[in-house]
Amino acid sequence: MLETFKTIEEKYRQNEGNIISLLQDTQEVFGYIPREAIDYFSTTLGVAPSRFFGVVTFYAQFRMKPTGRHKITACCGTACHVRGSDRILNSLRSELKLDPDEDTTKDGEFTLEQVNCVGACSIAPIVVVDKKVYGKTTSDKILKELRTLGGPTHDEI
Amino acid sequence: MMKYKTVINVCMGTGGMASGGAEVLQAFREELEAAAIPAEVKEHCLSHRVGCRGLCAKDVLVDVLTDGSKTTYQFIKPDMVPRIVEEHIIGKSPVAEWQVGADYENFHQKQIKIVLSDCGKIDPEDPDDYHAVGGYGTARDVLTEWLPGEVIDEIKASGLRGRGGAGFPTGLKWELGRKARGDIKYIVCNADEGDPGAFMDRAVIEGNPHAVIEGMIIAAYAIGANYGYVYIRAEYPLAVERLNLAIEKARRRLFLGKNIFGTTFDFDIKVKLGAGAFVCGEETALIASIEGQRGMPRPKPPFPVNKGLWQRPTVINNVETLANVPYIMRRGSRWYASFGTERSRGTKVFALTGKIKNPGLIEVPMGITLREIIEEIGGGIEGGKKLKAVQTGGPSGGCIPASMLDINVDYESLAKVGSIVGSGGMIVLDEDNCMVNMAKYFIQFTQEESCGKCVPCRIGTKRLLEIMERITKGQGKESDLELLETLSNSVKVTSLCGLGQTAPNPVLSTLKYFRDEFDAHIRDKKCPAKVCKELITYAIIEEACKGCGACLRACPAGAITGEKKKPHTIDPEKCIRCGACFEACKFKSVGRD
Repeated sequence: MLETFKTIEEKYRQNEGNIISLLQDTQEVFGYIPREAIDYFSTTLGVAPSRFFGVVTFYAQFRMKPTGRHKITACCGTACHVRGSDRILNSLRSELKLDPDEDTTKDGEFTLEQVNCVGACSIAPIVVVDKKVYGKTTSDKILKELRTLGGPTHDEI
Repeated sequence: MMKYKTVINVCMGTGGMASGGAEVLQAFREELEAAAIPAEVKEHCLSHRVGCRGLCAKDVLVDVLTDGSKTTYQFIKPDMVPRIVEEHIIGKSPVAEWQVGADYENFHQKQIKIVLSDCGKIDPEDPDDYHAVGGYGTARDVLTEWLPGEVIDEIKASGLRGRGGAGFPTGLKWELGRKARGDIKYIVCNADEGDPGAFMDRAVIEGNPHAVIEGMIIAAYAIGANYGYVYIRAEYPLAVERLNLAIEKARRRLFLGKNIFGTTFDFDIKVKLGAGAFVCGEETALIASIEGQRGMPRPKPPFPVNKGLWQRPTVINNVETLANVPYIMRRGSRWYASFGTERSRGTKVFALTGKIKNPGLIEVPMGITLREIIEEIGGGIEGGKKLKAVQTGGPSGGCIPASMLDINVDYESLAKVGSIVGSGGMIVLDEDNCMVNMAKYFIQFTQEESCGKCVPCRIGTKRLLEIMERITKGQGKESDLELLETLSNSVKVTSLCGLGQTAPNPVLSTLKYFRDEFDAHIRDKKCPAKVCKELITYAIIEEACKGCGACLRACPAGAITGEKKKPHTIDPEKCIRCGACFEACKFKSVGRD
């Protein structure tokens, strides 16, 4: 972990980056912002940890908990909303048995995220599974897709 | 490009990619490589990717240009490629049944493409393609033959106004930037397209990133800025990739960097990724974000044009605004000003989505009527449903009722009816959409995105949302409507930045034009469009039910019981009103009231 922090810090110093790009690089590697990263960068850069926490909690992109093995992103933009993204989101949540405040399944297989718009509104509603975009989709299609990925839904559907 | 007799364009924007564009391109390449194809065909054939041409709903779209004629195919899958190659490219007879229909022609006929003129034609990752259509040559001419003041006068004469939403005259902004005192100045391209349901900027950057870069070079020269930033959403990975690639290639050709185009002018661009905050579309919040801070707005003045990024003069222009610039400088302000209306010149790109037959990206002259857009370009409402309203301007805009379809689409006309042009989202709603739910959706969005700095926005939007939630749950009171109005007006006049000042617009405009729907929710506890979950019930129509069990399997709550081939029943206590049974039933035997 320490080695990775060092590499990220080096890049930051070379490119005259800022806290946001530093954290983006960190999340790119780990999938989330480990608490240790904030402690490390705060010490080496002489920036108060509160500034890091301020940025992490302000922007929707950052998270401080690890993501599941598969990432499902449900688009909830207006075009998707008027075409029933709510229903897809609800059935995904109930299928994955997620608690109201949780976005990751207990076995760490799936993380379900909501985003405001992925900008492919012509083929709404959209769900992105592991960076692959599914357009004009339905909950059925996505659940089938999840089945091929394994995980808790495997036997239950 | 010219040396090829046959050119195959495969649509590979985000829409095209999602529909399998990369696989289709690969199939063309493999098929053309295949041994059976005559060598002379192979040699004179180029297949390449192009950016969005607008009609993503029919993706993957493929053009085959051969012997001077162009054929466009729709819904192409990799397994259809061999036949196209064999019959069309080798056999010279196009595959008629896969060609686009009248829809495709109508979609393009009423459009006037300036910003999008090269999108869907050139390979966005190849600067030579853009060069071949005159790209970067304009910037070179401007830098070597024009004085900065002349450039500003030309842009002023064109009547170009900010395409991000506010519509501030671009030439005037540049002039203020030029006059601002400071040794270091910045030009920032705002590509933080945060409006949900809008994707104009994404499509422009994916389809022709070079036009944006060239626009920035010209703007920088006019203002006297040597540094540029593009602030772009991280949610657009393909656009980010193509932009970075385009900048790198421009730098290699000395279009960016020191002494560009052999002049004494230095200019370079850095890309900063947004981190998912809608408020960062606001100029001062965007500046804070580029500086690495929480993206919170500050009061204006001082305006960014005097004190912006790191307290230096900064001009911030939207993607579409900048992408217009090279075309204006190339063809002249008089040409540009010949499109549009007296006060809204030129064209505007819109993302036409929702319940429309042909959703997509369109570019139309300002002043076109909404009816022309919906009926002629969009092909009307899908599924023979009735149009209810058109939402423009996203969370800052409003809903225009179907009765006002003949309104002209320009800055002034839309403002008059309580909406805005905004950045260009245009969402079509039909009779199945609940307007109260739409208003709630937008206020929920702005409430979540409120940065929390000023009280009216932070608390006002929260209270507005609570009232809207109450109404959609059937717990609304008669007095709520007046309260909504009063509170909305207070939030509008007292909020610090544009986010709060416009957040109540969707509520106010739906209240104005769709009061009967609010009344139905409050008085009759009914949702006429049958959208609001708490106000609808599901029941199986016994006579129609075949007992197929599709609803039973679809129900996530286990609320449906019944024997095979006998009518099923829904337990209202267990029913979570998700509507899964309604969608699963092929015999229309699930009733919704």
